[in-house]
Amino acid sequence: MKKILTAAVTAAALGLSGVAAQAESLKIGFLATLSGPPAALGEHMRDGFLLGVKEAGGKLGGLDTEVVIVDDELKPDVARTKVQGLLERDNVDIVAGVVFSNVMMAIYKPVIESETILISGNAGPSPIAGKACSPYFFSTSWQNDQNHEVMGEYAKDQGYGRVILMAPNYQAGKDSIAGFKRHYDGEVVDEIYTKLGQLDFSAEIARIADAKPDAIFTFMPGGMGVNLVKQYAQAGLKDSIPFLSAFTVDETTLPATQDQAVGLKSGSQWASTLDNEANKHFVAAFEKEYGYAPSLYASQGYDAARLIDGALKKAGGKDKEALMAALAEAPFDSVRGDFKFNTNHFPIQDFYVVEGAKRDDGKYIVNIVEKVFDDQGDAYAADCPM
Amino acid sequence: MTLLAVQTLNGLQLGILLFLIAAGLTLVFGVMDFINLAHGVQYMLGAYLAVAGYGLTGSFWLAMLLALAGSLIIGLILEVLVFRHLYDRSHLDQVLATFGVILFLNESVKVVWGSSPLTLPVPEILDGSIPISDGLLYPVFRIALIVSGLAVAALLYVLVSWTRVGMLVRAGATNAQMVSALGVNIRRLFMFVFGFGAMLAGFAGIMAAPILAVEPGMGDNLLILAFVVIVIGGIGSIRGAFMAALIVGLVDTIGRSLATDIARLLLPPAAANDAGPAVASMLIYILMAGVLFFRPSGLFPARAG
Repeated sequence: MKKILTAAVTAAALGLSGVAAQAESLKIGFLATLSGPPAALGEHMRDGFLLGVKEAGGKLGGLDTEVVIVDDELKPDVARTKVQGLLERDNVDIVAGVVFSNVMMAIYKPVIESETILISGNAGPSPIAGKACSPYFFSTSWQNDQNHEVMGEYAKDQGYGRVILMAPNYQAGKDSIAGFKRHYDGEVVDEIYTKLGQLDFSAEIARIADAKPDAIFTFMPGGMGVNLVKQYAQAGLKDSIPFLSAFTVDETTLPATQDQAVGLKSGSQWASTLDNEANKHFVAAFEKEYGYAPSLYASQGYDAARLIDGALKKAGGKDKEALMAALAEAPFDSVRGDFKFNTNHFPIQDFYVVEGAKRDDGKYIVNIVEKVFDDQGDAYAADCPM
Repeated sequence: MTLLAVQTLNGLQLGILLFLIAAGLTLVFGVMDFINLAHGVQYMLGAYLAVAGYGLTGSFWLAMLLALAGSLIIGLILEVLVFRHLYDRSHLDQVLATFGVILFLNESVKVVWGSSPLTLPVPEILDGSIPISDGLLYPVFRIALIVSGLAVAALLYVLVSWTRVGMLVRAGATNAQMVSALGVNIRRLFMFVFGFGAMLAGFAGIMAAPILAVEPGMGDNLLILAFVVIVIGGIGSIRGAFMAALIVGLVDTIGRSLATDIARLLLPPAAANDAGPAVASMLIYILMAGVLFFRPSGLFPARAG
């Protein structure tokens, strides 16, 4: 089957050789959520990716690079239609990006079945890390559970014996709580599931204050997190009950929470203060280009562009077999330091606890507190038949 | 027991916030028979204008004045450009056109201010908090929110019940054509009501900005809740909106704090964790369905008969 396809591709390439001979070029379809409330995440990731392309002089791996940016509107059906367009009309060589896991699950099959390389800049749902893994898929982020696991391990290390867990009542929220509990061995006093998009958290905050746990762990992405952090601080709990979180305190929400989020903890694989050359360069270049502080999403987008650049150079062109082999070796300096691919093409990397902080120039960022996991892979890699 | 008292207070306060938003909506709907889906984005604009005003002046109070003026002006511009042409059209046309305004303004806000959430600090004078139970502080700003909601309710009551404009508004709500035939400039009256409604939405946005995320689309969620409130209260009735907002706030808050515990009495823990939050988030809609079934015109209908 593969041979036939390769032959077909070769034939097609020969048919187009008149065009191809002019200059080998690269076309990347970049799918991100760029509308609606969670647009900030997609914009960070896109800006990071485009910075990577720009720094390569618009030529990833020396090939003229065209990036087709597509907004998935956070609707799986819309994403699927638009990805079909990328694959069939635009004939992209690589699909990259994708913020949300439900969007990823919707487009994963069509992209993989068309034997197109798919590079996730954010979403890392467990099926793709496990049984449904694919040689065409690579991630420059993490498997979804991991940043939650970090906080579970941290809570255990800190000796927090009683915790309350709180997440929105949908799949990612439940996964988050399961992820936290994977390493945590203390008592879970209560699990609070809130409405998706909840505005007012005073009822939940009163329950937390009443139960007096050693710490709370929460996963409240986007505006929900901003609401919670503001109200948590205003209720005076910020200093009495430690606030552990994932995807709640980062540079996309800090402009809105500011001092109220300073000192709140979060799990992450990256922070702008990580001390390595690639990262120093990235943070300075990003802020110069866009005027705002990059978040982990931006770093993942940037790494995705750098990964493609490095792999194309190593493969000496965009021949698919060679390119995939090169990608798997992760031939680039990640802004997060250690980075290599696991058998399921998710990164093996370090994880940290970070906290909200105010920088000397007045910008709010997350700062490293401590490293929790060293060279950590995810829990599903063993299920991946690759 | 203290927890229940605290939750009751929380419920009332959520209710007041909902009333602030629903008041303008029900006023416009009741008087003008006009479905304004764009009310939610006017609330959002109030919040954004306050943030911008704060950036300019550094004072919450000046920012509030600027944002109120801005909300009024934008409301009037919208009235002249868009809404005025819809008063005689069907409700479906109004829904479609005002939905278009939502899309347009949400995107405009994103273009001007970006998609990341912004913030408005609590004014210094209201920045304290009062300990109400062991370990829990009640922010003074929330008390200010309750007071301002009550003040708006009182203002509307006086305005509608005791002034000449209020009389015309009530008359217009009952029979606009007749009022017009009696020589009242109904267009100008509608414009006044609409501008006032826009200012109320803006005011709600300003008061919500210090406790909620200021982001594009922040009004969309609240708009749905506001509609639930005015349907329960009786469309067009200010008194109904006030009572219904308090009921919705209480039911939602108490439901959220007790549903899981009640479910645990009846179900195994894992199932209770699923069922409790699911039921809690449906409660106000169940309440609305019940009200619609037993009293289709709401608990406090504006128009008799």
